[in-house]
Amino acid sequence: MERKLNVVVVGGGVIGALIAREFSRYECELTLIEKELDVGWGVSKANSAILHGGYDDPPGSVRARFCFPGNQMYDQLQSELHFDLKRTGSYVLAFRPSELPVLDELMQKARENGVEGCAIHSREQVLAREPNVRPDVEAGFFCPQAGITEPWMVAITAVESAKKNGLQLRLGEEVNGVQTVEEQGKRKVVSVQTPSATYPCDIVVNAAGLFSDEISRMAGAPCPELYPRKGEYILLDKKPAPLVQTILFPVPDKVSKGILVLPTVDGGTLLGPTAQDMDPDRKEDTSTTSEGFAQIFDHTIRMVNGIDLSKTVKTFSGLRPESPQKDFVLEKTPVEGFFNAAAMRSPALTSAPAIARYVVEDLVIEQAGFPLQRKIFFDPFIRPYAKVSELGPEEWEKKVRQDPRFGKMICVCNEITEGEILEAIERGATTIDGVKFRTRASFGRCQGGFCLPRIVEILARELRLPEDEVRYRSGASTLLGKKVRS
Amino acid sequence: MRTLELDSLVIGGGAAGMAAAVECAERGCKTVLVEREASTGGVLNQCIHNGFGLHVFKEELTGPEYAHLFQKQMADRGIDVHPDRFVLKVDPQKKEVITIGASGATCYKPNALIMTTGARERSFANLRIPGTRPSGIFTAGVAQRFVNLQNRLPGKKAFILGSGDIGLIMARRLTLEGMEVLGVAELMPFPGGLARNISQCLDDFDIPLYLSTSVVEVHGKERLNAITLARFDPGTGKVLPGTRKTIEVDTLILSVGLLPQNELIEDFCEVDAINRGVRVDSMMRTSNPWIFAAGNNVTVYDLVDFVTLDAKFAGQMAATIIKGGRLAQSAIPLKRGKNVGAMTPGKVCAGGNPFTIFLRSRKVMEKGRIELGPGLLSRVHMGIRPSEMLEVKVTQGHLEKIQQMGWKELTISLEEVEA
Amino acid sequence: MKSKKMVCISCPLGCTLAVSYSEDGKEIAVSGNRCPRGVTYAEHEIRDPRRVVTSNVKVLGGEWPLASVKTTGPIPKDRIRDLVQLLVPLEISAPVSIGTKVLENVFQSGEDVVVTREVKKL
Repeated sequence: MERKLNVVVVGGGVIGALIAREFSRYECELTLIEKELDVGWGVSKANSAILHGGYDDPPGSVRARFCFPGNQMYDQLQSELHFDLKRTGSYVLAFRPSELPVLDELMQKARENGVEGCAIHSREQVLAREPNVRPDVEAGFFCPQAGITEPWMVAITAVESAKKNGLQLRLGEEVNGVQTVEEQGKRKVVSVQTPSATYPCDIVVNAAGLFSDEISRMAGAPCPELYPRKGEYILLDKKPAPLVQTILFPVPDKVSKGILVLPTVDGGTLLGPTAQDMDPDRKEDTSTTSEGFAQIFDHTIRMVNGIDLSKTVKTFSGLRPESPQKDFVLEKTPVEGFFNAAAMRSPALTSAPAIARYVVEDLVIEQAGFPLQRKIFFDPFIRPYAKVSELGPEEWEKKVRQDPRFGKMICVCNEITEGEILEAIERGATTIDGVKFRTRASFGRCQGGFCLPRIVEILARELRLPEDEVRYRSGASTLLGKKVRS
Repeated sequence: MRTLELDSLVIGGGAAGMAAAVECAERGCKTVLVEREASTGGVLNQCIHNGFGLHVFKEELTGPEYAHLFQKQMADRGIDVHPDRFVLKVDPQKKEVITIGASGATCYKPNALIMTTGARERSFANLRIPGTRPSGIFTAGVAQRFVNLQNRLPGKKAFILGSGDIGLIMARRLTLEGMEVLGVAELMPFPGGLARNISQCLDDFDIPLYLSTSVVEVHGKERLNAITLARFDPGTGKVLPGTRKTIEVDTLILSVGLLPQNELIEDFCEVDAINRGVRVDSMMRTSNPWIFAAGNNVTVYDLVDFVTLDAKFAGQMAATIIKGGRLAQSAIPLKRGKNVGAMTPGKVCAGGNPFTIFLRSRKVMEKGRIELGPGLLSRVHMGIRPSEMLEVKVTQGHLEKIQQMGWKELTISLEEVEA
Repeated sequence: MKSKKMVCISCPLGCTLAVSYSEDGKEIAVSGNRCPRGVTYAEHEIRDPRRVVTSNVKVLGGEWPLASVKTTGPIPKDRIRDLVQLLVPLEISAPVSIGTKVLENVFQSGEDVVVTREVKKL
């Protein structure tokens, strides 16, 4: 019997995670290598979390090909992986008569891109659906297919699903070399290197986000140079009430889709992103700026009334991997076995399920001819993460009877219990962010003011670490110093 | 789900909750105190410094000692304390409170509900300070909990933003327990905490206080490694050019304000926009007559002694209606006049009990005149500071006059007077 | 005569005191106090400044790793850090009750160090 093919996916964001999950449907030795201590910590965790309708991309572009199909695949994906998903619909709002033709253009693009159900709503219709929109709105282009999700949970649950089907996950390892050999006049990939190990491989899919151009260069495969586009965000409290229930876009300009006002899956209101192009050497600069905050406020108050920055729960910034072509790079490269899924800028999150299928079925199997056999048994489902606060008191009580730790409140703002935190640790969280992202503990208005000491205590206990070794995320992000009394 | 009918339910077992519960039980009410932590005492358990109880016990106690006295009083009066129990919902129509704990869900049906849910700290994120988001940034209460209860220092070299009392206390605590504290920055041109704390926490340890100064940027990829300070123009509130200075620290401690917590009731009880807390009348009732409130969830107090006094009063008032007495119904607004900031109560029941107004000045005044009127009370005060609450006792005589005159509203104001 | 401003810490009112005093501390004049404790405080501050010190000691086998402690009265201000150093190596075993003495007559001040928070046995 021939040995199974070795497949390595570089990068554990949404793209890499879904590609890995696709590969796990096939017989192969599958490894995902991620440089951070958890998956989904790069671009995946700092974006608008939008599933775009797909009307916006230039017809004929690569992104137009994958956005709407990806969008449509999310319902099934959600039924298998159980991350949060809400079909909120989206508006592109015109506030001046001169902006109205843009809405007509969007209708046209929607038709060309095969996006069904869009319509132009009048001022009355917009205000009936969204009473906080400024009453001088002229009209709104409505797309019912748009929605919101929790992108890091897409990555986390996709990796869990892939692991269930045989994926080997390597966290905290940064790929620093790709070895190739010349064979019969053709270059082909033989292994991928990290500081701790060498991974022999027949197939490498490069989904390394901001750094995918650098990984591609290591293999000697061509890739456009990526530069980071910074987007800053402000998240507002869900109380007293979310400001909007639909994703609100202004009329787009040449640079970006604009600064939005949109709901989050747990009821907050998200403002952003800005769009600041930066030099390629600033791929780690996720700092926020006072100019960014000012821009967010100035632009969002033009669309929505009642924006009160004193209700800020969190500010953050994310970097999109942009290329001069402003499009995805999805290709089989001249290096045999090396495939690029790079320049994953908007709408990559939306497109991801379609991209994953394309990479495996079209690029690897069909175009490159790798003889991957589909598995007889592939289990697409994972256990949903417990969210006891969404149960009624009687159901919650049943859960508590099974395990009383589901009755011990840790995060008081979001009602997260010790049971859920333990589940997060059991399912892979080794850091405070790992716990936060799986449970939403300390995502709330007090930002860990009440729960942080307890989360540290629980992590230290479960991972058998001294408390000063508990980290927020990768690297030197420990929380605490030495003991007061040793 | 277990159902419990009772006289009074107190939500929150900190200083206010314990005092209110004791008063209820003292008057023969079947009282339960629900607390989400494993023990009562609230923030007092971690406030190991002294300065508590000078008014109430005529002694200077530490936080844990103060809490202990109330815990004893509660035990002596047979108050049922339900710890490790979290309130999910307060239903004002059904007069039910739904809770969850390790033993399951419990629905309480009290005749009176007393909300003593305290305050939370304002977070770093809410300040919208630009820069990175590294570890090493703590609100003062979290740092205090780590130091005094979990036996861990937050880092090696700290700077403190905000000269409120908790920041000053932590400046001393971190210094005593082995960290280097480089200074305290305060955005206002005057300190936020008690003068005695400036003296015994900063001056005693030569820790500099930089007024009209704040943090304008934080640095550090994974762990904090520096902060940038800048001076602000007190008049315009803008950064003064050329005053930015970056210093190396690995720990930033924030003491930038406390926010009353009323998530359980703010959808149906009036909130005072300036206190940012639930509004109560002079009988300690919220706008819903079933619900009383006291403590930091009404307004942020400076001394726990004042919290205790108001909470005891709330307990007494709740007990009165439970025992079939009536509390005066009609209330007139108590409005803020010149220079008055946070203040409680927000309404006066002229037919009710004498009570105390607690208020804060918006300005520093060497000499000021408090006026409650029209023409009811006028008093001169020396050394007025926003960080120190003023007490104004409204007597039976005052209440009778209000009724006699038929006033429809009262105003309290603070006028600066020449020293 | 020298002069100094200080804040009285005897109670939360924190009166600002204006103090003039002779170098040897024999003559002291105080103003700005709202009660007699201010005069006493100023005199002490000039002649023999003292502070109540609060801190922590390590607890073995308890529900908390530390018990908070305080001096029963003010001790010489220049010995504050020395006092904390005395506390550093101490260990007491749970259960610990409020008032338990951990140090006696520190620095000949006549003050003890006592526990201020109960710690139950685990």
